[in-house]
Amino acid sequence: MQRFIKKILLWELIVGLMVTLRYFFKPKVTLNYPEEKTPMSPRFRGIHAQRRYPNGEERCIACKLCEAACPALAITIEAEPRLDGSRRTTLYEIDLFKCVYCGLCEEACPVDAIVLTRNHDYHFENRGENILTKEKLLAIGDKYEAEIAADRAADKDYR
Amino acid sequence: MSDIEIEIDGQRLPAKLNSMVIQVADDAGIYIPRFCYHKHLSVAANCRMCLVEMEKSPKAVPACATPVMPGMKIFTRSPKALAAQKAVMEFLLINHPLDCPICDQGGECELQDISMGYGSGDSHFSEKKRAVHDQDIGPLIETEMTRCIQCTRCVRFGAEVAGLRELGGLGRGEHLEIGTLIGTALQSEVSGNIIDLCPVGALTSKPFRFSARAWELTQAPSISPHDGWGTHINVHTRQGEVMRVVSRENVSINETWIADRDRYSYEGLHHADRLTKPLIRVKGMLQETDWHTALEMAANQLGAVVSTYGADDLGALASPSATTEEYYLLQKMMRQLGSDHIDHRLRQIDFADQDHVAASGAWSIPIAELEASDTILLVGSSIEKEQPLAAIRLRKAIKKGATVMAVNMMDYDFHFKVTHKKIAAPHYFLETLAGIAKALVPNHIALSDISATQLDQLMAEKCRVGRVAIIVGASAFHHPEASLIRALVQCIASVATASICYLPEGGNTVGATLAGCLPHRTVGGKAASTPGQSVRAMLDASKKGYVLLNVEPEGDVAGAALMTDALAAADSVIALSVFRNPVLEQYADVILPVTPFTEMSGTFVNVAGTWQTFQGVAHTLGEARPGWKVLRVLGNLLDLEGFDYTSSEDVLNELKQGIDEAGPVAPLPFVLQRYSLNKASDKSTITTLSRIGDVPLYSIDGLVRRAASLQAAQSVMEGDLIAARMHPDTADALSLLDGQRVRVTQKNQTVVLPVLLETRVPVSAVFVAGGMMKTSALADLFGAIEITPVEEMR
Repeated sequence: MQRFIKKILLWELIVGLMVTLRYFFKPKVTLNYPEEKTPMSPRFRGIHAQRRYPNGEERCIACKLCEAACPALAITIEAEPRLDGSRRTTLYEIDLFKCVYCGLCEEACPVDAIVLTRNHDYHFENRGENILTKEKLLAIGDKYEAEIAADRAADKDYR
Repeated sequence: MSDIEIEIDGQRLPAKLNSMVIQVADDAGIYIPRFCYHKHLSVAANCRMCLVEMEKSPKAVPACATPVMPGMKIFTRSPKALAAQKAVMEFLLINHPLDCPICDQGGECELQDISMGYGSGDSHFSEKKRAVHDQDIGPLIETEMTRCIQCTRCVRFGAEVAGLRELGGLGRGEHLEIGTLIGTALQSEVSGNIIDLCPVGALTSKPFRFSARAWELTQAPSISPHDGWGTHINVHTRQGEVMRVVSRENVSINETWIADRDRYSYEGLHHADRLTKPLIRVKGMLQETDWHTALEMAANQLGAVVSTYGADDLGALASPSATTEEYYLLQKMMRQLGSDHIDHRLRQIDFADQDHVAASGAWSIPIAELEASDTILLVGSSIEKEQPLAAIRLRKAIKKGATVMAVNMMDYDFHFKVTHKKIAAPHYFLETLAGIAKALVPNHIALSDISATQLDQLMAEKCRVGRVAIIVGASAFHHPEASLIRALVQCIASVATASICYLPEGGNTVGATLAGCLPHRTVGGKAASTPGQSVRAMLDASKKGYVLLNVEPEGDVAGAALMTDALAAADSVIALSVFRNPVLEQYADVILPVTPFTEMSGTFVNVAGTWQTFQGVAHTLGEARPGWKVLRVLGNLLDLEGFDYTSSEDVLNELKQGIDEAGPVAPLPFVLQRYSLNKASDKSTITTLSRIGDVPLYSIDGLVRRAASLQAAQSVMEGDLIAARMHPDTADALSLLDGQRVRVTQKNQTVVLPVLLETRVPVSAVFVAGGMMKTSALADLFGAIEITPVEEMR
């Protein structure tokens, strides 16, 4: 009998709509992406970048430890002596389709050259754009250097 | 053979008296960490890493410098030993930079490994580390002396093995630095071994610098093709491309050493001259084509030569560094076509005694036994430059008390003591060598014109006692009267009961001989039914068709100009070649790209007759194919019998079967015949001039000629080779000045070279290096030569 009355009065629906009503008057959590963004950890692992020293010299010394550490074999490096005799890469490529964003390359790097930035909202329009070349990596690094440096500073006690 | 018993880590082990604890431990497979100890070098005990605990000893003792004693008890992993090792490790790391990420040794570094295994995670040292200035020690070895831990392995290698004290320690304590003192480039032809010896990254390979990491490389065993020693090497490849070559241990052949040309010749593998596609000549122009077309054309041309002119007008020349399988197939193809004109002795010209030479040409003693000789006589051999590893064995023999004597055409700077030496210009060489024979056999009918000097008597006396080895080197082979030299050597050896050790040029001459790549002998040394022509006769006869197996006319053949003319006059030239070459490009009708030793399987037979089969270790470049496959298909296209091999082992098995069937072949006995001598009443007056045409050590084959760093090293070691080097007295007699440009003429061929005064060259001889493009116009490596000054244009 009781069940029948509840069924007629759409009681379950009212209970459900009560939840809606409660949230209707609560403050909103939705963000207007991309104008608004959620807060992010300084350890967030987004797209890769290569950093430079303040004097403009690239940090990467072609030690190939990131290549060896990469579990997805996404990194390819070729190296040879630069004209001044220093050890430098002639080719540094990351295949973003292979990359699993584990961050082991960053952990392996002895000079903090390869880093994962907070930038996660990127896209490709053409084939081949998934390959990040050295130039692209350095350009990303140059663009976000302030943010990258701030993130490393914030996390320095735990690294 | 054990004299006593000792106990290491609770194991009772047999030990030889006077051996060191570390040797016993190594034999039993108990690892003790070490830096300065190396089993082929003397004990220095200066790194202190091998400290172990010894019962009843209050302090830990170095295992490398502690002789075994009966009942001794050693603990290598006791708390006391481990504490000592940890402390030593911390001291060693005090001044070692933390630059492993940019160090080429990183990943294969003994310091890294032992630090991980025996060191501690941190250091008490907070003061400044020292830094050491680097020296440029030549084009082969890169230095980073700050990384040096002063183990002195490189210093001891130079002094004990290479025979050249080039590196040394300067200063003491913290200021001890390893260097060349005067900052010169290393001159040793085995210097690259210090890279393998260096436990840290202080000495690394310069051409390899920063190009790959140890963990990226795949190691595969191979055999070096540059000399007849059969040196064992390890080839390191990355994704099928050869990145470097390091040594591979073989106690009976090369111990742990390899020569620099074995180590660095890989650079030539990637040279721009490498052929990647077959080339054929169409309307006078070479053009790239596919294998099928090229092979068809080659087979058609060979068939046409045979059908038009007869098989007698077809000749084949092979490099002395090809594989045994290639030799076998080449001679099989040629002989089935009906031609016996096959030869691999490209730089030799005198073959009068070819039926008398032993069937294989291999030594009668194993390589390692050279060390046990009491007397070693070098005949026409600059052994260090020709066979660097033979010289290492020779120095070991000297250390054991052997006497080395030399009869040479030039006073080479040997890095070991030559007790007696006789140096004579090529045209006086026979007479000089005959003196020793005369002293040994005074009544020999052929030597009646010769008189033995006091030096001859002394040298003959040395040849009479103990074990004697006579090493016959490349210049004796290239001499215009090489057969008489061999006859004299046989005469000396028969009296002195000496072993004759022939050291001809090329990586596989014994293999070529056994495979029948000779005009007068077939497989296993069996006499050919119709003896063909040797290389010089073949070129003189100007054949209508030539098959060339890896031959570069300007570099590999004694009469380069003669060969160029012969190729120009031929109707058909089929060249199997690894590299592009201007002469071949001008005259060859078909050029088939074959692979070098790293890219195919094959067999080399070394000078002592050891067969060593190796496998391909790298990907083939472009469409290049192994020579044996090319010859197999060529044989099939020519409808010859028995060319259906599926692997190089099939070829090898057939060859071995052939050798077994041939059985032991006894050569004709050597007869020393009476010959006319170049007798000069007074040797100080110059009546004739003759050329010494030694081929410099990094010009011997196409691969080393294209290795850039070896070429740089050669100019450091040998100076300017494009020169006419002569004794100041010769220059005086011809009224020539140092640096003056002269016309050097040999049989109508002339080159213009500057004069370089050098006292190592005997009077009335002129040293003009062979194997070089710029001197290749001269016809013979040895033999008469004329020098006329160039009138300078005013």
